Amino acid sequence: MISEHLPALQVVVPLLGAVVCAFFTRGDRAWFVALVVSLAMPFIAFGLLLKVLHGGPISYALGGWAPPFGIEYRVDILNAYVLVLVSVIGAVIMPYAKRSVEHEIEADKQAWFYTIYLLCLCGLLGIAITGDAFNAFVFMEVSSLATYALIAMGRDRRALLAAYQYLIMGTIGATFYVIGVGLLYSMTGTLNLADMANRIAGIENSRAVLAALAFLTVGISLKLALFPLHVWLPNAYAYAPSMATVFLSATATKVAVYLLLRYFFTVFGVTVIYADLPISEIFLLLSLAAMFGASIVAVFQQNVKRMLAYSSVAQIGYITLGIAIANKTGLTGGIVHLFNHALMKAALFMAIGAIFYRIGSVKIDDLAGIGKRMPMTAGAFVVAGLSLIGVPGTVGFISKWYLGLGAFQQGWWWLVMLIVLSSVISIIYVGRVVEVIWFRDVAPASRRAKDPPLSMLLPMLLLTAATIYFGFDTVLTAGIAELAAEWLLAGVR
Amino acid sequence: MALGGGTMTGEALIIIALLVPTIGAGLIWLTAWNPNVREATTLVTAGTLFAIVVAILGRVLNGEDLATGTWPIAPGLELGFRVEPLGMLFACVASGLWIVNSIYSIGYMRGNKEPRQTQFYMCFAIALASTIGIAFAANLFTLFLFYEVLTLSTYPLVTHKGDENAKAGGRVYLLVLLGTSTVLLLPAIIATALIAGTLDFMPGGILTGKADKATLMILLAMFMFGIGKAALMPFHRWLPAAMVAPTPVSALLHAVAVVKAGVFTVTKVVLYIFGIELLASTGANEWLIWVAAASLLLGSLVAMTKDNLKARLAYSTVSQLAYVVLGAALATSWGVIGGAMHIAMHAFGKITLFFCAGAIYTAAHKTEVSELSGLGRTMPFTFAAFLIGALSIIGLPPFGGLWSKWYLALGALQAGQIVIVAVLMISSLLNIAYLLPIPIKAFFGQASGRKSSGIKEAPLPCLIAIGLTSLGCLILFFFPDGILNLLSRIQVQ
Repeated sequence: MISEHLPALQVVVPLLGAVVCAFFTRGDRAWFVALVVSLAMPFIAFGLLLKVLHGGPISYALGGWAPPFGIEYRVDILNAYVLVLVSVIGAVIMPYAKRSVEHEIEADKQAWFYTIYLLCLCGLLGIAITGDAFNAFVFMEVSSLATYALIAMGRDRRALLAAYQYLIMGTIGATFYVIGVGLLYSMTGTLNLADMANRIAGIENSRAVLAALAFLTVGISLKLALFPLHVWLPNAYAYAPSMATVFLSATATKVAVYLLLRYFFTVFGVTVIYADLPISEIFLLLSLAAMFGASIVAVFQQNVKRMLAYSSVAQIGYITLGIAIANKTGLTGGIVHLFNHALMKAALFMAIGAIFYRIGSVKIDDLAGIGKRMPMTAGAFVVAGLSLIGVPGTVGFISKWYLGLGAFQQGWWWLVMLIVLSSVISIIYVGRVVEVIWFRDVAPASRRAKDPPLSMLLPMLLLTAATIYFGFDTVLTAGIAELAAEWLLAGVR
Repeated sequence: MALGGGTMTGEALIIIALLVPTIGAGLIWLTAWNPNVREATTLVTAGTLFAIVVAILGRVLNGEDLATGTWPIAPGLELGFRVEPLGMLFACVASGLWIVNSIYSIGYMRGNKEPRQTQFYMCFAIALASTIGIAFAANLFTLFLFYEVLTLSTYPLVTHKGDENAKAGGRVYLLVLLGTSTVLLLPAIIATALIAGTLDFMPGGILTGKADKATLMILLAMFMFGIGKAALMPFHRWLPAAMVAPTPVSALLHAVAVVKAGVFTVTKVVLYIFGIELLASTGANEWLIWVAAASLLLGSLVAMTKDNLKARLAYSTVSQLAYVVLGAALATSWGVIGGAMHIAMHAFGKITLFFCAGAIYTAAHKTEVSELSGLGRTMPFTFAAFLIGALSIIGLPPFGGLWSKWYLALGALQAGQIVIVAVLMISSLLNIAYLLPIPIKAFFGQASGRKSSGIKEAPLPCLIAIGLTSLGCLILFFFPDGILNLLSRIQVQ
């Protein structure tokens, strides 16, 4: 039965797709392959999610080698949710990609772009699905190397520097990760995460295990751009091709957060994380620093893509805050924000990518009055921006509600005040752009601009509509996030 | 009553009331090609909405309990609507005056050749839809949702002119209203959800026996200052800032819909979240009485210093809104009735005054009080109406404003607050001091400078609207029992 092999297909299909793409020289053919592959991914991911919801976790022995000796793909509620997130975003942006890539990437490199994109997708899905610590490292490297290349394909020459910067930082992160895995392997003698979790019991507080935890935390935090390890992110997002920015902002950091949750809660366990170590306090401080520091920096950006990138750092702060709050409601808030932030940030970067497609600039002053020429695009920007602020009726509000409720349950009323204060800063940086695009006179350069072609417009509007829809219907988002949070906190081993 | 909406269920009526202005906004956009059709659409929409609201009123007066089902969103959050007397009154006032205001808008917008009129009428319709949502909200979340939509939909109206001044006003408007609601109101709602376990508006409140006096005081303060639309000092700055909007906006939104949404929410929170019994028995409302009294007097004092007519009226509104807050703060049955009645009475008086201010601007292009000397002889109708509006605001017979002040004084006596009765008297004297000189000087003063030749009354639609609202002030004096009858149905227990 093919449904038994869904876990393998989730990773193998994009990998094969990448190989096929590499044989094409024409961008549009490679695009078509990438489109077909990307559209197939959500079906597999939803199939896995349904199976998990009905039948519990799935264990898949890759190549028939039984775990813990072979590589095990293990799908439970948490990573099924992440797989759905990554694959849905991947599918929605592919129709958008064609025009945007044609516009921004030289003709002879377009096929390569799609090849690398599929490798990146494969890597991200692989990190999410694998139940093996070292296999996760391999996929992390696949996705990271692909990401460096994607960023470096940006037209702006600063993209090269940004990619190089990320290459250095990302490699340090991956090295830390692999050191952590090595230490754990030396202590437990296994690389299978579930097996590791069992064997770690009793030696959680040994020096080597704690050192492993430290290395893993720092390594993964670099990947997820936790403040102050975020320095690679603003430039990378600002100068990468539009399509790459949309994809990476919505998925790459989210998968890293997943990996952190996986280690924290299922390998080390709730007791080690919350009771024995001050991880909650550390994450609280760093999340708050991100929420305020990065938001304030965002207010002063002249490049709107860079502004949104800083906003991403701040929003990642909300996600890690969910880990810091350490109760079910708070953790639900963090996990649901993975999804919610992906929706709104993808919509925002798509809008700004569409504007770049038309007027060739993302500088705030060049965007003057663009709302009058590109009303749909600018409208999508406003709605997704409202979601970023957390206006009720949008997904941003749902995340904030859970986080605020969780903080209150913990008795941290001051944290509630800090959460809402930080969203006031987002009113300022979103409002600043909205004012320029709607209430200034149209810049001469953009007199003739109009909304982008439907292939770009529709995915953007779809995601924007989703930021509203999931603000009212939260069964699929908060509902599953809550199940995942409950499951993580129950100390599954 | 004959107007019963036939066989329609209460749920259907409420939903239609919400949909009519929303669909109206779409139709206005579709009919933008012909201004006459577009304005007719606005009028028909307003008329239909009012008819439906009256049909709902008929049901309510028959003792029917109108409510919709609820739509769960997340734990503690649900969307739902229920009609109660206070919201009924607010909906009647807002939808009724929308018709008059639309007639006025036609004269004003055409008379002043304002740009972007389609956008203007659309935002107006959306603002009215959210006003109805606020009026009929069955719980705090639903109210909060529409409260924010109201802020956002009126922002383009405030910045309508598009110049630096308008943008600066818009910034203050958005930051104060979104800021207070995010930083104070939202945490208050989260705390209420946690303490009370529900957000539903219930007769007698939902907090009885669940919180001590200190918590109640803090919570009340967060609600009162968080509801920035009530313009309680020191969060009143947005209201004078909003005066950069075209006058019809100042008239309907910043004298009726938006500000009354604020004080309506205040009253609703006091009645159905805290419950006046609870406040009166714990004394948690004591401080609010004095803050409201201070806002009441200070607003009047500042109004006296303003030479700009609209600014003077805006500060007068700040002062008059404090009456409603005071009525709620007194936590007595007459106080609540007086405050609620003032929502209607002040609406008619103040909208008349703003209509007159707009008529003066349209006809004579004058904005400062000191320029109006002698103008009454060329615009007798406008200034006669101004006198009527002023007398109603002051609270003199034979105009409606008398009644609300009467019941407020009764409420103050009921609460044993003799000083407040004195404050009410002093405030009325202050009203006389800053309102009455305007028509007196206009009629009897020396015309300034050259002959004001060429000035005649404003366009006919403006005059019709002015006539209707001043007539309203008069009628309300003779027939206040309709409102009393409705308000006496408020369940305190």
